[in-house]
Amino acid sequence: MTFQWKSVTAAMALLASTSLAQAQTTMKVVMHSDVKIVDPIWTTAYIVRNHGYMIYDTLFAMDEKGEIKPQMVESFTESPDKLTYTFTLRDGLLWHDGKPVTAEDCVASIKRWSAKDAVGQKLASFIDSMSVGDAKTFTVKLKSPTGLLIFGLGKPSSNVPFMMPKRVAETDPNTQISEFVGSGPFVLKTDEWKPGDKIVYTKFDKYKPRAEAPSGLAGGKVAKIDRIEWLAVSDQQQAVNALLAGEIDMIEQPAFDLIPLLKDDKNIKLTTYNPLGLQYTFRFNHILKPFDNPKVRQAVTYAFNQKDFLDAVVGNPEYYTLCKAMFVCGSPLATEKGMEGLLESNFNKSKELLKEAGYDGTPIVLLHSTDLQSLTNLAPVAKVLLEKGGFKVDMQSSDWQTVVSRRTRRAPAAEGGWNGMLTAWVSADILNPVMSGFLNASCDKAAFGWPCDEQMEKLRDDFARETDPAKQKAIVEAVQMRWREQPTHIHLGQYNVPIAARSNISGILTAPAPVFWNVEKKK
Amino acid sequence: MLGYLLRRLLATIPVLVIVAVLVFLMLRLTPGDPAAIIAGDNATTQQIELIRNRLGLDQPILTQFGIWAGNLLQGNLGESFFFKKTIGELILGRIEPTLSLAFLTIVIAVSVAVPLGVLAAYRHGSWIDRIVMGFSVLGFSVPVFVIGYLLIYIFAISLGWFPVQGYQPLADGFGGFIQRLILPAITLSVIYIALIARMTRASVLEVLSEDYIRTARAKGQVERIILFRHALKNAAVPIVTVVGIGIALLIGGVVVTESVYAIPGLGRLTVDAVLARDYPTIQAVILLFSAVYVAINLAIDMAYMLFDPRIRY
Repeated sequence: MTFQWKSVTAAMALLASTSLAQAQTTMKVVMHSDVKIVDPIWTTAYIVRNHGYMIYDTLFAMDEKGEIKPQMVESFTESPDKLTYTFTLRDGLLWHDGKPVTAEDCVASIKRWSAKDAVGQKLASFIDSMSVGDAKTFTVKLKSPTGLLIFGLGKPSSNVPFMMPKRVAETDPNTQISEFVGSGPFVLKTDEWKPGDKIVYTKFDKYKPRAEAPSGLAGGKVAKIDRIEWLAVSDQQQAVNALLAGEIDMIEQPAFDLIPLLKDDKNIKLTTYNPLGLQYTFRFNHILKPFDNPKVRQAVTYAFNQKDFLDAVVGNPEYYTLCKAMFVCGSPLATEKGMEGLLESNFNKSKELLKEAGYDGTPIVLLHSTDLQSLTNLAPVAKVLLEKGGFKVDMQSSDWQTVVSRRTRRAPAAEGGWNGMLTAWVSADILNPVMSGFLNASCDKAAFGWPCDEQMEKLRDDFARETDPAKQKAIVEAVQMRWREQPTHIHLGQYNVPIAARSNISGILTAPAPVFWNVEKKK
Repeated sequence: MLGYLLRRLLATIPVLVIVAVLVFLMLRLTPGDPAAIIAGDNATTQQIELIRNRLGLDQPILTQFGIWAGNLLQGNLGESFFFKKTIGELILGRIEPTLSLAFLTIVIAVSVAVPLGVLAAYRHGSWIDRIVMGFSVLGFSVPVFVIGYLLIYIFAISLGWFPVQGYQPLADGFGGFIQRLILPAITLSVIYIALIARMTRASVLEVLSEDYIRTARAKGQVERIILFRHALKNAAVPIVTVVGIGIALLIGGVVVTESVYAIPGLGRLTVDAVLARDYPTIQAVILLFSAVYVAINLAIDMAYMLFDPRIRY
């Protein structure tokens, strides 16, 4: 009899575990790239940022309307002089190893992030001290008021200030972390991570979501899928084939020329999750002739037009917007002030400016990357428009990583340097003058291209100090007016890449980065 | 023979040293900077310098080589700049898919190509010979990705017999393992079938004109035995050479097939590492491929003795 009871119990347990296993939902996704690096502070790569949103959480987060809302923070107080901020963490926040999230962890994480990130570095220049009150409370004292503190802590894109345990956050910012413990809604399965094959996340059962409904990157992060696999499929056509065959559930960024294949299938739906999208950008090298002359740079702003670039790369107007605003159409700081008459391919004006500048016909060394489908067609369009605008152009082709390396070289163009190159920015990275890395005009301390303009730097500082949104907008207009005189880079149009998913996938949130909480998969 | 084996093994050392030096120098001379790739769009010159410093790339090339060679002598292949994993771990994780694909491809290629080559030689000048040779030309000429996409369209998308992409380790079940491997193996085997069939035909044809074949026929030996015991065995040396070289190529050079079918093998590891300028990984895999080439060449030389008793070392 005892034996029979044991057998029945064992059979029931087996049945229960089998049912549980069957109830587990797994989602297979092809992201835009394989995850090679897993430290979202060490690199700005967007795939690593996306990985960060899976396993880490943030103190603040940007909602669907672009407003910064508390996330790990339960509440915070601001002193009347706007110099002291005290933050209290929510109850029940846990690291994936089961230990509680503490204020000490957060202070260490802010320090590491602010050593690497452009906004973080600016913010750090305002911070007088950071101190821990108790396990859940910490205080930030500022030297002078700034709107960057709350905005920075809720910064939506690379580098995102993700919170890490103190022992991890104390890693040198220029050394990659070697422990991947977060407090976000998903846990990284380190034993199943095979670079070049897949990276696996499982639901963190002890994650305590906020009570609010999810909105953008803010609100309740409820994980509704038990296991998510990001598969490394480098061939876009194969990713589409796998989605059509039902082998995978989602492609984060299908190639534009393959979208018609997906549209024709009733089992696939396309979702524009990031309305702000991305921006194609032309960057000048300010330290070499002829772009050291602002008049020559201005000539380029007249020679270019956005439509030609967008047609060449995106093709379908459904997925692009002509947008002259420097801080992204659809964002609170969007304005076209100062952009009148520019980006309309006024070749006569371009030639006139070149004549005034005394351009001697020295060829522009234009870097052309040939291996990234999303960038390849930009340089040939730039070459044609520049030539029509009176420039001579020497377009030099190579793979993207050579471009990435070469653009850091300050040597003359004839000795491996460069004059112009093209890239793309996620719009969420350029929402204001401080975030926008290409507007940094601090000479040698600026990003490659090294613009040098004291007045622009002063405007950026003014923006960082301003906390009133109306005054911030006025500064943004002044920035654009200054940019018209001293262009640092040129936006070549805003575009979106829709997510392609099987029709049984729902709950994809509108946000500046693809996130997987709230996403559901029906059987 | 043991002495020969030992001499050959010792001869691999200078080969590997030369490969190591050349690969190391070529990588340093190739345009590209891993630090700039890691740092991203916003990085300042100072930040890139700091990363370069952490990776040891700011050291003189000789110092960098000395550190790498010293670690190598201790069996330490180093750590990837990007993956935060040791190179040993990375390579071990990629060996199974590559070896499985290479093994299945060679099995399919030899099973199909050798009988076809023998048949073509036996029916020299007939329509069978022309079909086999025509197929060979086609196999050489059609790019591997075209064959791959065609097979995927027919067998994975239209008929649904096989998955479109991906790899399943053998430990997770033989059914899924073989189901995911069969299309890539067939794709890859087409060119090897073409190569081996042509080589087999040429070698067997030459042997069939030998006196001892005529003697065998005069003695009344049946054709099957003449073909497969006398002719094929004597024609085996060049065939074994081609098969051996094929195995070596398959271990290092199946990038396109691995990419089309999303198989996480050594070929893709190499390409990913080259694109990212992940110097330690590139150096290690190229060194591994060189060692494999040397080992397979040695194995081929040893195999000659099995097929031709006149060959002795």
